[in-house]
Amino acid sequence: MRAGHLWVLSATALGLLAAASLMVGAARIAPGDPMAALVLGVSRIPRTLAAILTGAALAVAGVVMQQIVRNRFVEPATAGTPEASAAGLLAVTLIAPDAPIWLKMAVAALAALGGAALFAALIRRLPPREVFLVPLAGIALAGVIGAGVTLVGWQADLMQYISIWLMSGEFSGVIAGRYEFLWIAGAAALLAWFAADRFAILALGPDAATALGLSPVAVMRLGLVVVALVTAMVVVTVGMLPFVGLIVPNLVARVMGDNLRATLPVVAMTGAVLVLGFDLLGRIVIHPYEIPAGTILGAAGAVAFLWLLWRGDRDAR
Amino acid sequence: MTIHQGIEISGLSHAVRGAEILAPTNLKLPAGRITALIGPNGAGKSTLSRLIARIEPPVTGRVLVNGLDVATTSTDRLARELAFLGQHSWLASRLRVRELVAFGRWPHCKGRPGPADRAAVDRALAEFGLLPIAGRFLDTLSGGQAQRAHLAMTAAQETPWLILDEPLNNLDLAHARALMAHLARLRDGGGSILVVLHDLNFAAGWADHVVAMKDGRIVAEGTPADVLTAPALSSLYETEICVGEHQGRPLVLHHL
Repeated sequence: MRAGHLWVLSATALGLLAAASLMVGAARIAPGDPMAALVLGVSRIPRTLAAILTGAALAVAGVVMQQIVRNRFVEPATAGTPEASAAGLLAVTLIAPDAPIWLKMAVAALAALGGAALFAALIRRLPPREVFLVPLAGIALAGVIGAGVTLVGWQADLMQYISIWLMSGEFSGVIAGRYEFLWIAGAAALLAWFAADRFAILALGPDAATALGLSPVAVMRLGLVVVALVTAMVVVTVGMLPFVGLIVPNLVARVMGDNLRATLPVVAMTGAVLVLGFDLLGRIVIHPYEIPAGTILGAAGAVAFLWLLWRGDRDAR
Repeated sequence: MTIHQGIEISGLSHAVRGAEILAPTNLKLPAGRITALIGPNGAGKSTLSRLIARIEPPVTGRVLVNGLDVATTSTDRLARELAFLGQHSWLASRLRVRELVAFGRWPHCKGRPGPADRAAVDRALAEFGLLPIAGRFLDTLSGGQAQRAHLAMTAAQETPWLILDEPLNNLDLAHARALMAHLARLRDGGGSILVVLHDLNFAAGWADHVVAMKDGRIVAEGTPADVLTAPALSSLYETEICVGEHQGRPLVLHHL
């Protein structure tokens, strides 16, 4: 498959899925039905946009994290970033339960930033050639932060919230007025595209980046901000979706490589296709009930991740 | 006032956790010349070249490159004055050769390449014999081909100064000779080059100026004929080295 084909394929699939997503749901839409406009405007269009924004932003955040830590087998979801963001949300819920939603968002984003920065600092001393040490460190960090969040959540009787944030991202609760923070995640992904060359140069290593006149620390910080914003907005709005940031970047890199300026739009579209596709699938299989997109992704993504690991770094270098 | 062209180093030293890597050093490197930096392993050659190229920020002492203080000049400005290629580590990115070389134009075009940038990339690809493999991914190349791709990226930067740390690594003898000939052409066009070399005969054959280092100190500098003598090299490397002559240049013999 050539790079141009991937462009056409992902754009076409996204268009078809978006159209299907507008048509499929518990309520039936018939032409001329006065309820149709309401269903579309309040539920179907917001839900479709939410899935597209989430998938695109998570996939881009995955690429950004992979570039700044120079390892293909990590994504925010396996590096403790959502857990850190949940810890921030939990803290603000306990300390200031009546805080406005934007403040909760800000605290979640700052906590995610702290978690991502901690991960980046943690892995700095790991040998770069041992490609599986970095994801292992991420999973360990996620476990530690997640355990702390669970402990506090149990004692404060907030486990229900925590499971919504971390366990199963899903879109059935998305209606107009309750998904708009995802536009911030989308904007962060767009920011990453503007800085695409910087991330690609940073991935050449700090020495090469310095020699080309970039500040590796500044680019790293920008990347962490993108990762934190995307993760926090997704965690708070729809709940974390696993594997999107891991599988999509690896698939696209296999075909197109890592010239991010060219690949990021395809990464974003493919991420949107994956999430929207699984959300749609979840609406169809036990219609009129639903299976959360995150649940399907968890199962399908785990298989795909095992396949990536099994291939090892044969062409992941 | 004329700005001094060349590299001036004064009082430069470097230590890692209390261990001295580079003793306080004063050195002037002439512009428009190929300067070879030689010496045994651990002599501090890489450290010195990395300090000059501001890859390691200098803590004590001062480095001026064509009059620019590397500690206070913006890294972006310096990227248009000097290009540096280190002993590069393993590359995680999956890039095509042309994409990698094009990153050498970043200091000039910031990701918006114009015709001049594309021409520079094409020149660098041609210069290092990479045009036939310009569309291939780096992870499919041999070590020597990948090294040439990195050299081409550095060359595409087209800076007055070029600083290369052991650029002959992985290169076969034809490509090693071609690289030295490329450096000589750059010099003839007015360029200035500092190159860390392990193979003394490449220093003998191509350098205008040789700086010898040992234990973090500069122990000798001068023309190849001055520095590359049997007694000096034998003491520098602590092994017996003979020096003959070939085509008017020193010929270093150390293989037996």
